Amino acid sequence: MARIRTTVDGLVYEDDVEPRMLLVQYLRERLGKTGTVIGCDTSNCGACTVHLDGMSVKSCSVLAVQANGAEVLTIEGLERDGQLHPVQQAFHDNHALQCGYCTPGMIMQSIDLLGDNPDPTEHEVREGIEGNLCRCTGYQNIVRAVQDAASKMKPGAAPTAEAGAKQTVAGGGA
Amino acid sequence: MIPAQFDYVRPTTVEEALQALRDGGDDAKLLAGGQSLLPVLRLRMADPSLIIDLGGIPELRGVREDGNEVVVGAMTSHHDVTRDDILRQHVALIQEATKTVADPQVRHRGTLGGALAHADPAGDLAAPALALEAKFVIAGADGTRTVAAADFFEDYFSTAIGEAELLTEIRFPKYTGWGARYEKFNRVAQAWSIVAVAATIKVDGGTISDARIGLTNMAGVPVRATAVESALVGQSATEDNVRKAAQAAAEGTSPTADADAGTDYREHLARVLTGRAVLAAAG
Ligand SMILES: Cc1cc2nc3c(=O)[nH]c(=O)nc-3n(C[C@H](O)[C@H](O)[C@H](O)COP(=O)(O)OP(=O)(O)OC[C@H]3O[C@@H](n4cnc5c(N)ncnc54)[C@H](O)[C@@H]3O)c2cc1C
Ligand code: FES
Ligand code: FES
Repeated sequence: MARIRTTVDGLVYEDDVEPRMLLVQYLRERLGKTGTVIGCDTSNCGACTVHLDGMSVKSCSVLAVQANGAEVLTIEGLERDGQLHPVQQAFHDNHALQCGYCTPGMIMQSIDLLGDNPDPTEHEVREGIEGNLCRCTGYQNIVRAVQDAASKMKPGAAPTAEAGAKQTVAGGGA
Repeated sequence: MIPAQFDYVRPTTVEEALQALRDGGDDAKLLAGGQSLLPVLRLRMADPSLIIDLGGIPELRGVREDGNEVVVGAMTSHHDVTRDDILRQHVALIQEATKTVADPQVRHRGTLGGALAHADPAGDLAAPALALEAKFVIAGADGTRTVAAADFFEDYFSTAIGEAELLTEIRFPKYTGWGARYEKFNRVAQAWSIVAVAATIKVDGGTISDARIGLTNMAGVPVRATAVESALVGQSATEDNVRKAAQAAAEGTSPTADADAGTDYREHLARVLTGRAVLAAAG
């Protein structure tokens, strides 16, 4: 067992974990944060994407022990006072999901992309979400949603992804 | 699936990591970015009893200049390689190739040293390292030794790094002012290369004065297209000249046939992509 201390969605957690425990398992099975999902066994699908110290990662491809001392942001830490994050809202407004399984990862990766490139072209959006697979939508509305969110997150339009990510909020942990 | 059980240590110096490797023996495995190793562990294609995480060793990270070389720490992430100003100026080819690796999430975690140590024949960083005549610094019980790229890649997934050794840095000569292009052929997003060509070219007044070309996935190890390199030097960088020289690209290669492509098709791709890469690098 290894002792880890992580900040997840603004709350600090301390736990003993087996070294082989994946970050995604820790989030789902220990903290009850089932908003982050597992879609594959091969590190391809991106459904499990979260932010680790401000950078998007596939949480099935990181050990929980590697997140010791780090800050993790999941889909469950995005909303503020009952308000969806602008990227969540844009996915809703643009019908950017069907079954919704890829959505948590798509949104986390889109926020990472917009932090890096606040005004991406269609091509840049497609490259930016290259690591996230969607079996339903054909991606058209996902790309639209990301560009819609970009326009709404322009300075003055709404809190930016970066500022939003840094606030702390009570998460859904157990 | 989840990995089988293992012990885990996170040393903070290279010395400690080497000690852990010696103590762990055959069953110890180094963990860099984990983007090749964790998928392998999850599929239970390996079950080491000890994982030595290199993520806590600051000296293994970062890019610096050292005289006429650029030194990249083995644990420098793909993401950091793509953003680095020193590399952009002096070793653009490794940066161009790294941009094509996987996807943003994998590039945030995966490392240059991990990718080179893994030595997947379809991996995108070995051919540029070979073309650039990089040197590999390997630490072991008796200090460090330096291995030339031409001797580093030994076979499929196999390098000159010994059992109780670890790769600490990759040293690139400076190619300041050279053009660079990595032409990667794959069929879907985030897929590995079927074939790819790494080219860096020096042009003086419209004439190619020097050329370095490496091929990805044309054998178990990366291959230098030396016949094309010598055919190019002294030529003006016209489409005709380049395409003619590129006809020699598949010489000395031994590509495999698999579900993606047969050997003939890989040879064809090597010629076409070499032409494109050289033209773009010289342009
Ligand atoms: C979905 C997906 C797509 C990918 N697509 C591509 C692609 O298109 N092109 C490409 O090139 N790669 C691709 N990769 C692989 C990626 O580049 C990995 O980052 C890389 O192969 C391994 O680097 P790592 O730092 O993650 O190493 P790890 O996975 O941590 O380690 C890999 C191996 O190297 C050994 N090792 C690591 N560091 C050292 C060291 N310093 N000294 C000695 N041994 C060491 C480890 O023990 C292990 O055996 C992909 C990966 C994924 C998950
Ligand atoms: S679950 Fe598919 S990439 Fe993590
Ligand atoms: S909405 Fe079903 S996988 Fe994307």
